[in-house]
Amino acid sequence: MTITRPQNSGEKQWRLDTRRIDDDLLEVSCGGRWCLDQDLPSAGVILAEGGDGLRRLSFNTAQLSAWDSGFLAFLRALLKLCAERGLTLEQAGLPKGVRHLLAMAAAVPEQKVARRSSVGQSLFFQVGAATVEFFRGAPEMLHFLGEITLSLGRLFSGRARFRLSDLWWEIEEVGPRALAIVSVISFLVGLILAYLGADQLRLVGAQIFIADLVAIGMVREVGALMTGIIIAGRTGAAFAAQLGTMQVNEEIDAFKTLGISPVDFLVLPRMLALMLMVPLLTLYAAFVGMLAGMLVSTTIFDVGMFEYYTETLRALDVTHFLVGLSKGSVYGGMVAYAGCLRGMQCGRSAESVGKAATSAVVTAILLITISASLMTIIFYRLGI
Amino acid sequence: MNGAPHIEIRDLTMAYGEFVIQRDLNFVVNKGDIFVIMGGNGCGKTTLMRALIGLQRPARGTVFYGGEDFWSVEPDIQARLKRRLGIMFQGGALWSSLTLAENIALPLKEYTALSAPRIAEIVSFKLALVGLGGFEDFYPAELSGGMKKRAGLARAMALDPDILVIDEPSSGLDPLTARRLDDLILELRDSLETTIVVITHELASILGIGTNSVFLDTETHTMINTGNPKEAVASGDPKVRHFLTRGAE
Repeated sequence: MTITRPQNSGEKQWRLDTRRIDDDLLEVSCGGRWCLDQDLPSAGVILAEGGDGLRRLSFNTAQLSAWDSGFLAFLRALLKLCAERGLTLEQAGLPKGVRHLLAMAAAVPEQKVARRSSVGQSLFFQVGAATVEFFRGAPEMLHFLGEITLSLGRLFSGRARFRLSDLWWEIEEVGPRALAIVSVISFLVGLILAYLGADQLRLVGAQIFIADLVAIGMVREVGALMTGIIIAGRTGAAFAAQLGTMQVNEEIDAFKTLGISPVDFLVLPRMLALMLMVPLLTLYAAFVGMLAGMLVSTTIFDVGMFEYYTETLRALDVTHFLVGLSKGSVYGGMVAYAGCLRGMQCGRSAESVGKAATSAVVTAILLITISASLMTIIFYRLGI
Repeated sequence: MNGAPHIEIRDLTMAYGEFVIQRDLNFVVNKGDIFVIMGGNGCGKTTLMRALIGLQRPARGTVFYGGEDFWSVEPDIQARLKRRLGIMFQGGALWSSLTLAENIALPLKEYTALSAPRIAEIVSFKLALVGLGGFEDFYPAELSGGMKKRAGLARAMALDPDILVIDEPSSGLDPLTARRLDDLILELRDSLETTIVVITHELASILGIGTNSVFLDTETHTMINTGNPKEAVASGDPKVRHFLTRGAE
């Protein structure tokens, strides 16, 4: 039986002919160009034409003008099919380079166990896996919290090993360098609060109480909350990316092998820097917010500057500042905890670093929100 | 293989600001060469590679590919010239969010009209060539350093480039795998007529497969020898002989 498959005429296209030259032998003639820029045939087409009694395949490549990996991949697929069907593929008719490269590809046996199942997982499976993963994550979070607590214990007993220069560097990075963004956001939030209050208070001619609203709101709650969220996005993500990259580069493993606690050396300075700086940033944010409130009240709602100042002083007392500062400290601790936790949990690839940074921000905002709610309830119950 | 100039480096100087890495480099890589760029640590081998493959503009001079001045032509011509290159980076530079199969398939999907099954066959073949048959569905993070390096070579070979630029192919590989890689480089040159530029300081590879070379000197910041590395051992510059004999001469 002779099959001719003139796919396309012309030197630049492939040609494939098959000819039965014996009862058990099929000669495969490949001509023209067998290159990656061609739409090459599948290997299965040859065996489909083979018929009964076929035991061997041979090649005639006299008309082959050019070949590359396209031809090699076709032959390799054909070799696999022949092996599956118990056919012998005689390679003598193939160009020398082709034979050598096919031999090189076959030199290392394929890792059968290595191939993964690509079947998609059901929704049920995915929900189950996510649930198991969540509950597996909780002990890890507690474990890390425990490590930080022990590290703080070592710090207070003078046994924690970290460099003071690292702490100063972190303090500068998370504090002064964050002033610009904290200023902008706090000013705008103070402005929004003032407008929000004025909208209602103007109805009863009590615009002066804009000062109370902005002062107490910014000092007790909003200053700390906004600072926490800004720091979560700015610094929490940076901590996760820094520590994550150190995981990828095996720097954290190097600390462990030297008997130096990475929590002491890397987490502690970051934790301390944020717990020290976030309360200060909170105060600064409250101050900027109050300035914005004063600006809106005096220029838009006809409140005198001195009146606003006096009302602000009357509204605020030390308790409000302590509440704001305590919230700032807690939020700072939460951001540092989330950033360092996700960084230390990071995998060994660039993708993992991105995931760690994202996860750090999400975790930090979630923790800030939960702790803000809890503290508000607690302070309310305590009458503070 | 016709021995025609494939790449020509003319008056090339590479610098970071005022700091000159290498200056006044002039050499030719002929078609079918296995051209070794060698030199001690920090001599500027990888910086030269970056200038060759279009990642770093040289401070002075240029690189010609088949007569076209790479650093003077329009970006679309630069893109066409880059398509002739396959690059294997030192650490593999695999895309971490893609499996090995997806890493190798990406250039094939972008630049050929091959169907998905044909691409899968080619990917499987390329991985088998570097001894990673069956690892198609693995992510780079799941592989060892040597495996990443070999997968990086498989990706560099994906489109059967005219010129294959390989940065430190043997470092970090066991001797047998390194030898296998050298054999593969020779076979690619012989079978597919690929011109190969190898950046290395592995003596076994330099002397085993190199047909032409340039030696970059760390002290004088320029090249001090070109030609077949085996000949350089016998009659080259004393510094080159010292390097190629591990300080024995």
